[in-house]
Order: sequence, then C-alpha cells, then structure tokens
Amino acid sequence: MAQLSDYLLPILVGAAVLFALFKGVASFDVFGGGAKEGFETTIKLLPTLVGLITAVEMFKASGGLDVLVHALSPVAKALGLPQEVMPLALLRPISGGGSLAILESIFQDNAPDSFAGRVASVMMGSTETTFYAVAAYFGAVGVKQIRYTVPAALTADLVGFVMSALTVRLLFGV
Amino acid sequence: MLNYIWAGLMVLSVVFGICNGRMSEVSAAIMNGGGKAVELTLGLLGAMCFWGGIMNVADKAGVTARISRLISPITKRIFKGMDPKSAPAKAISMNITANLLGLGNAATPLGLKAMREMQKENKTPERATKHMIFFVVLNTASIQLIPTTVAVLRGNYGAASPMDILPAVWITSIVSLTAGLITAWLLGRFERKK
Repeated sequence: MAQLSDYLLPILVGAAVLFALFKGVASFDVFGGGAKEGFETTIKLLPTLVGLITAVEMFKASGGLDVLVHALSPVAKALGLPQEVMPLALLRPISGGGSLAILESIFQDNAPDSFAGRVASVMMGSTETTFYAVAAYFGAVGVKQIRYTVPAALTADLVGFVMSALTVRLLFGV
Repeated sequence: MLNYIWAGLMVLSVVFGICNGRMSEVSAAIMNGGGKAVELTLGLLGAMCFWGGIMNVADKAGVTARISRLISPITKRIFKGMDPKSAPAKAISMNITANLLGLGNAATPLGLKAMREMQKENKTPERATKHMIFFVVLNTASIQLIPTTVAVLRGNYGAASPMDILPAVWITSIVSLTAGLITAWLLGRFERKK
C-alpha cells in the first residue's frame, strides 16, 4: 500500500507536465507563477499556526488530557467507546502528531487486533485534525467570521468516534 | 468560536499545569511552541510552492478541468450553484482527488489554493461563504480511501491483517462526513431565519 502512493505521486505529476507539453504550455514559467502564490499563502499562515500550536503544546504539557479523560469517562461509556481510546478521541481534533503517538501507545498496550486497537485504528483513519484544518484554511485567506464551521466539523468528529466503536462491534463481532 | 477554543486551551493549560505541578513543562511549551510552528511552516513551504506550481501547470494543460468534470456529480451536490469549469471548482476537485488518494502533502496546498480561489469571489472578505464552510468541513472529515499511515503502524505492531479495518473506516468516514455536511446545511438554514 505504501507502494501504491509511491507510484501515484510521480505518475500524476508526470502526467500533468506531459499534458502541458502537448498543449505547448510554457510549463516552467507557469510553475513559477503558481509556486509564488503557494509561498505567499504559507507565509500568511504562520501567525495563525504559532498561536494554535503554542496553545496545543501548552495543553499537552499541562497534563490536562489525563484530567479530561478521567472526567469524561462516563460519557465514553455512554457512547460505547472503550476507555483506552479516550485520549485519542480528545487529542485527535487538535494535534495530528500527538494523536499518532497515542495510537502507537494504544497498539503497544492493547495490540492492534484488540477491540480498543481496532476502534483506535478506525478513529484515526476516518477523522482529521479538525482545528488545524479550520484555523489553517480560514487563516490563510484572512476570513474571521467562520460562522457555524466548528459545530458542524465537531459533529462530524463526534459521529465518527461513535461510529468507529459501532462499526468495529458490527464487523468484528466483539 | 475559534477565539473561545483558543482562549480555553490556554487558560485550561495554566490551571491544569498548576494543579498537576507541571508548570515547568508548560513554560517550556510556551517557549518552544512558536519554534514548532515555524518548523511546520517551513516544512510545508516547499510542498506549498511545489503543488501551487504543479496545479498551475495542470490547470493550463486542461487536466484540472477534466478532473473537475469527472467528479462533478459529487461536487455539484455539495457545492450548489458552482460552475464546474470555474477556478474554485477546479481547485476543490484537485483537493478532493488528493484526499481520496491519501496524498496528504498535496491535499493541504491544493485545499489552501481552493480557499484562495473562493475568497476571490467572496463579497464579504471577513465572513466565510457557505461553500467555504462545506469545503472546510469536507477537509476536517477524512475521505482517504486507504489510510496508509494507520495500516503501516498496525502492521508494525503485529496486526494479523492490517487492512481488515478498511470497511469499518469507509462506513465511519461516510457517515461522519454526511453528519457534518447535514449539520452545516441545517445550521445555515437556521442562521438565515434569525
């Protein structure tokens, strides 16, 4: 599977350039123009990311995650989520790297084929780093009023968490 | 909304830091957070330039228009009233394609490009348009067909068949994305009536 994307990426890029060649597009010049735009967007993104990442790093360092996991354990039970995946559910929306580290520790403690291991895998594979995406996408274009984006995105996350436990139960019969 | 979440994270960190006796860790996080953001931005910078450039080449070659038409049955349902030949529609289609194929490094730059194109047509530049909100919700729900990273990790930790979670991932993705889009649609209607 890693191989599949090894093939996909170069072929896609090659195909784009090949088409451009046939159409007589000045591809290198055109590339430069687009790359410059990408550069400007990224620089505009930096202040937003400094704010977001500092806050997330502080939260991880404060040990707040453990407190929240403990406080929310009745909720986890009600939603049918195994206790072990709670830290993942809480960190998933705010930190991509952090949630990957938690996924590994769940695999270490529970084995990937255990109930918790499978639920964590499905959770990780079917959700994204919500706050990063919201902050980056709107931050890059300078939109301030994001209206109902966060409630809608968080609903998707919550439904995703509940569904991960449900689908693993249904498909693996644990 | 983001203002409250951000402030909440900061204040909670200080409170929990004091309660857990982890203030030195919190201080360190404050000092290092900005550096981490710069590292991430620098890491992204190359990919952003590259994919911005390739997107431009593909656009001039007519590739993006073709992909846009190919997946327009999906996009025209989510982004009502958007012309599949327009610049935002083409960038959105490229982002969705990269997401489906699991090319995360390409999806973010292409997604930011799509936001830029939508912002050009936004008559209220400080305020998100409906299409932007649907697009961001789409990008906060993973629509990757094969979650490579998770599968590789499962394999590393000794899963008998690392890919056996795929059907569960697909069902979960579709249901959660649908829930997010429906919520956005409902909240959009509710907002208008106010």
